[in-house]
Amino acid sequence: MKTFITFLGRITINILGEMGGMAVMLAKTIILTFTPPFRIRNLIKQMEIIGVNSVPVVLLTGLFTGMVLALQGYYGFKKFGGESLLGATVTLSMTRELGPVLTALMVTARAGSAMAAELGTMKVTEQMDALAAMAVDPLQYLIVPRIWASILMLPLLTGLADAIGIVGGYIIGVKLLGIDPGIYVQRTIDIVQLRDITDGLIKAAVFGLLLALIGCYKGYHTKGGAKGVGEATTHAVVIASIAILIGDYILTSLLM
Amino acid sequence: MIDLIDVHKSFNTQHVLRGVNLHIPKGKTTVILGQSGGGKSVLLKHMLGLIKPDSGQILVDGVDITKLSDKKLFAIRKKFGMLFQDAALFDSLTIGENVAFPIREHKRLPEKKIQKIVKEKLALVGLEEHAHKMPSELSGGMKKRAGLARAIALDPEILLFDEPTTGLDPVMTKKIDHLIIETQKNLNLTCVVISHDMASTFRIAHNIAFLCQGVIAVQGTPEEIKNTDHPVLKEFLEGFLRHQEA
Repeated sequence: MKTFITFLGRITINILGEMGGMAVMLAKTIILTFTPPFRIRNLIKQMEIIGVNSVPVVLLTGLFTGMVLALQGYYGFKKFGGESLLGATVTLSMTRELGPVLTALMVTARAGSAMAAELGTMKVTEQMDALAAMAVDPLQYLIVPRIWASILMLPLLTGLADAIGIVGGYIIGVKLLGIDPGIYVQRTIDIVQLRDITDGLIKAAVFGLLLALIGCYKGYHTKGGAKGVGEATTHAVVIASIAILIGDYILTSLLM
Repeated sequence: MIDLIDVHKSFNTQHVLRGVNLHIPKGKTTVILGQSGGGKSVLLKHMLGLIKPDSGQILVDGVDITKLSDKKLFAIRKKFGMLFQDAALFDSLTIGENVAFPIREHKRLPEKKIQKIVKEKLALVGLEEHAHKMPSELSGGMKKRAGLARAIALDPEILLFDEPTTGLDPVMTKKIDHLIIETQKNLNLTCVVISHDMASTFRIAHNIAFLCQGVIAVQGTPEEIKNTDHPVLKEFLEGFLRHQEA
């Protein structure tokens, strides 16, 4: 029993320590954002790495999610003759929930892991110390651009995922399952509101912050050699994915 | 130039530095000798403010850097250049870009002038033909030379070397030693070198400090060190002499 309590205590201390560390990193990021020199070139480069390079995987995820939503939805709606609601259901599911969450999870797997691995490698090979030794703040040079690029690019990627998912749903609903296109589109316009889209984009920006903050934190605090980098990368992806899912619930209840 | 006064540092339960007192004179090369894992690199990183001590003072030109804000500390660091153990070159940049990096960060110069300085610095270390190469394309010795070119890119007053000859063959070790001697002499630098290589130490040092069990146990000129009574340092010396005789 004592061992179990010790184990629980240790885990709690670790989790609180990590959360505290991330809060400190976030606070420093906010301060350094408004402190010159401004790293615009680094920001644009990170926007390309996190955002532009993630477009294919996000489009693919969005398209198939919209398509499968339409198939599953049709199966359910057909049971009580509600097929005309399919377009609105697909659109609401994509914009409010699946667009932001799946985009964030895909970007976590692609770019969040890369952040942790790249920064972790820089840490263990003393490249970060080299930056600091050259009077360049590693936080300002490496972390701030990544966090802002992620916050800015996630809503844009989510917008793309939403759009392609809606198109995917339309193709399946109208072209494959034979729902009247006029009814499909009109019911969608009637039911979906602008807020359904903006709430999803707000979520995406928060998820962008979470995945970049966690990826950067784990990379920045990597210890040991190749093993340490591997662990940091795995932890970053797992913790960021869980944080996105928990954050999704909290944000959904707040934005309802 | 640099004074460490009663510096203590622990990592978890490991008390690495246990009251280090050390004076680094200006315009000389000081070698800090010690066993592997004895805290030499930790000591060097304290001089740059990369690690903060638990207690004690680190004075750089009379300024205690342990009490400085990040902004002021970064200003002090511009006086330093550092060659890391594995060179720590940025692996996403070419050798030329690595050397240009600190210049671009701290000086507003036209690109032509930057390229001229890069060429000069790479020529000093014999790498002018390799500016376009990535660090992964270089050998260990070439990486160290490229790291040295980057370290002197801003013409620092103080140059720190973290085990500059570790892992190198004897020929390359002598080359790097020669580079350190030449750079120190030509630029009149204050050099601090971390090493456990006795042959290299006696080639380059004006002063030697021996770090043992977390304190500077012996400090003196190479001649004074050769006549030491300290048992661990004596073992170091005997090992070195045996190796030379063999």
